[in-house]
Amino acid sequence: MFNTLKNRFEQGYRTSAYPKEKIALWRRYRGLPQIHKDASAELAAECADLCPQNAIDPVRRLIDMGRCVFCGTCERISNGAFVSFTNDFEISVAEKEHLLTDGSLPSLADHSRQHFKKLFGRSLQLRQVSAAGCNACEADLNVLATPFFDLARFGINFVASPRHSDAIVVTGPVSRNMKTALLRTYKATPDPKVVIAVGSCALTGGPFRGSPEITEGLDTLLPVDLYIPGCPPHPLSNLHALLTFFK
Amino acid sequence: MKTDFLEIENGRKLARDEIPHLGFDEFRHQALDIVKDGGKVIHYFAYPEGGDMKLMAVLRTDRLLAAGCDAPEAYPSFTAECEPFHIFEREIAEQFGIRPEGHPWLKAVRYHANYRGKPDVFGNDYAEDIPGNYEYYAVESEEIHEVAVGPVHAGVIEPGHFRFNCIGERVLHLEIQLGYQHRAVENLLLNADARRLPIIAESIAGDTSVGNSLCYSQAVEALSSVAPDKGAQVIRTIALELERIANHVGDLGALSGDVAFLPPANYCGRMRGDFLNMSLLLCGNRFGKGLVRPGGVCFSLADEVRNILDERIKEIKPQVRHVAELLFSTPSVLSRFEDCGAVSLSDAEKLGLVGPAARACGMPYDARRCFPTEHYKRLDIPEYALPSGDVYARAKVRGDEVMQSINIIQSLINGPVETDCVNGKIPALEPSSFVVTVNEAWRGELSHCVLTDAEGGILRYKVKDPSFHNWNGLAMSLRDTGISDFPLNNKSFNLSYCGFDL
Ligand code: SF4
Ligand code: SF4
Repeated sequence: MFNTLKNRFEQGYRTSAYPKEKIALWRRYRGLPQIHKDASAELAAECADLCPQNAIDPVRRLIDMGRCVFCGTCERISNGAFVSFTNDFEISVAEKEHLLTDGSLPSLADHSRQHFKKLFGRSLQLRQVSAAGCNACEADLNVLATPFFDLARFGINFVASPRHSDAIVVTGPVSRNMKTALLRTYKATPDPKVVIAVGSCALTGGPFRGSPEITEGLDTLLPVDLYIPGCPPHPLSNLHALLTFFK
Repeated sequence: MKTDFLEIENGRKLARDEIPHLGFDEFRHQALDIVKDGGKVIHYFAYPEGGDMKLMAVLRTDRLLAAGCDAPEAYPSFTAECEPFHIFEREIAEQFGIRPEGHPWLKAVRYHANYRGKPDVFGNDYAEDIPGNYEYYAVESEEIHEVAVGPVHAGVIEPGHFRFNCIGERVLHLEIQLGYQHRAVENLLLNADARRLPIIAESIAGDTSVGNSLCYSQAVEALSSVAPDKGAQVIRTIALELERIANHVGDLGALSGDVAFLPPANYCGRMRGDFLNMSLLLCGNRFGKGLVRPGGVCFSLADEVRNILDERIKEIKPQVRHVAELLFSTPSVLSRFEDCGAVSLSDAEKLGLVGPAARACGMPYDARRCFPTEHYKRLDIPEYALPSGDVYARAKVRGDEVMQSINIIQSLINGPVETDCVNGKIPALEPSSFVVTVNEAWRGELSHCVLTDAEGGILRYKVKDPSFHNWNGLAMSLRDTGISDFPLNNKSFNLSYCGFDL
């Protein structure tokens, strides 16, 4: 008993004050990319050429955050002169075309669906479907239940059955072997239902694009309402997306 | 024992024609001899070359051994005589349609058509959903009931199907069907543009990003004769240990939650996050993605970073120790952990278990000690194993490894670490070469094996996750165990679905 209490004191209070207070992530974290339009065409072309995800459009000078895995290669190659990453983790969007960015994002709050806010603003139950990614996206959704993030204090929970859920949260590039299970889970969720795509895999196939065993974009199977980019998205990106879109 | 298998070194390139190419009968005979004599299988796979199929085996005793042969279309199964080959033979049958006659349990591994368009060994029509033409094991009696769980589970977990045959609460048999996460990673690694490979390797299993990027990078380094400097080796070692700590700590918390002892569950959940954030401190990603690349690392351990890391570790170390002490001294926890889901040493040997799950059954093998890479060559990893094979042993081994890893990291950051960061460009590979890389990831022996063709293209990229060995260990631990103890056993192994499914 004494030991239990001693540990309790040592652990202290750990819950974050976000979103009331801003959190500044460590500068090596790669959040929202910034494109520098004044960089030379050669540099832009070189970055596009070395990007493992073909995520850079060097002519229009845009990054596709749906494809990007935030590996940092473009920033390193251009020494920050063409692309640099900010530590801004608030990078989710409600329309797929908004994933193509030069560093300015439309406000997610303005693009969220008002009837969702009314329906789910006070209580939101999520059913997660893990479909063939690398499990890091799942891991950084799971941590939302730990004391630092404490998702439940916002009335948001992950639930065990799609029948009890308002939204499905899909991670991974939806393998052929997972497709039926995903579609059945979607079907079992009562209307109106929200579909949230988390991570580069679910957005575009991510690192696995080109494999005949996967689907290149969840939106080719289901109507997606909310896109959370990253590989994996930082837990705060997930938290920001959920709070801004539904609250 | 005299053998024609060639002794090889971890992460050292060989010309492919140096590897003994035996007649099939000789190959079979010698591979069986080595493994029956206590050797273990690291790799056993098939690959096509020219219009022919070949087999390659990489085995370990206290050394690494390799040999190959021409593959017959069908052959007498090794498994019938020697169990550790069981899943490798199933994989070969699934990938290339080569039939091991008399295999005692010839079942699909990941459920996909073979790559050669040969008649399917399992009689599956892949237009149908998994598991296709397969009837699960069923224990027959009026009193038996079956419990089927998954592929979609109740939590935020990867998909897999579990089929329990129970009498009352007691599990007689658990069968695990995986394959839902199959993305054809090995084929992607074979066909994708070279600049994509590090990203794919890191995404084989995200909780083992560092482990897989190490295996991949070491393979490319061997095949292109570039080498990381000493500082990069230190940073890689730190990253692999951080990955180990984060996963072990998280699972200790999950185990505690499963026996309804909530304080450590919450503390460990939070502390795991702190360790993930240390990986973010190193490289900007909580899973270490983007850090390790052929030739070294992409991020330095500048003094500023090193000092922050040092401070964070100093702060958290006593907390981790105290929570572990609390967990392992609480009677209600021990009464659930002890004697739960024991796997015997002899079963562990036959299944070829690796990593903490094997060390918990009395098998001290640790690749960091036996075949060290990176900075492990200069570290003294102690020989360690517990005998009981139960949840307690698996948890305890992992708890002790956490403290050991913290000490390793502290010893590596008490002075400046200098490295020339690499920019991530991928060097060209030497033709007609072979390399195998082995690292002790947090779940155990992780290995990649790469063969190049005459032009320096990749001819075969083989990945083996420790879970490939260990899933059957979990199934075995449930024999004669209460079904309500499944979560506990599952967490004590915490195996990878995507690492297995590839
Ligand atoms: S950070 Fe994104 S855009 Fe830049 S190279 Fe990596 S994947 Fe491409
Ligand atoms: S998006 Fe990245 S982190 Fe998420 S599942 Fe895919 S590979 Fe893993």
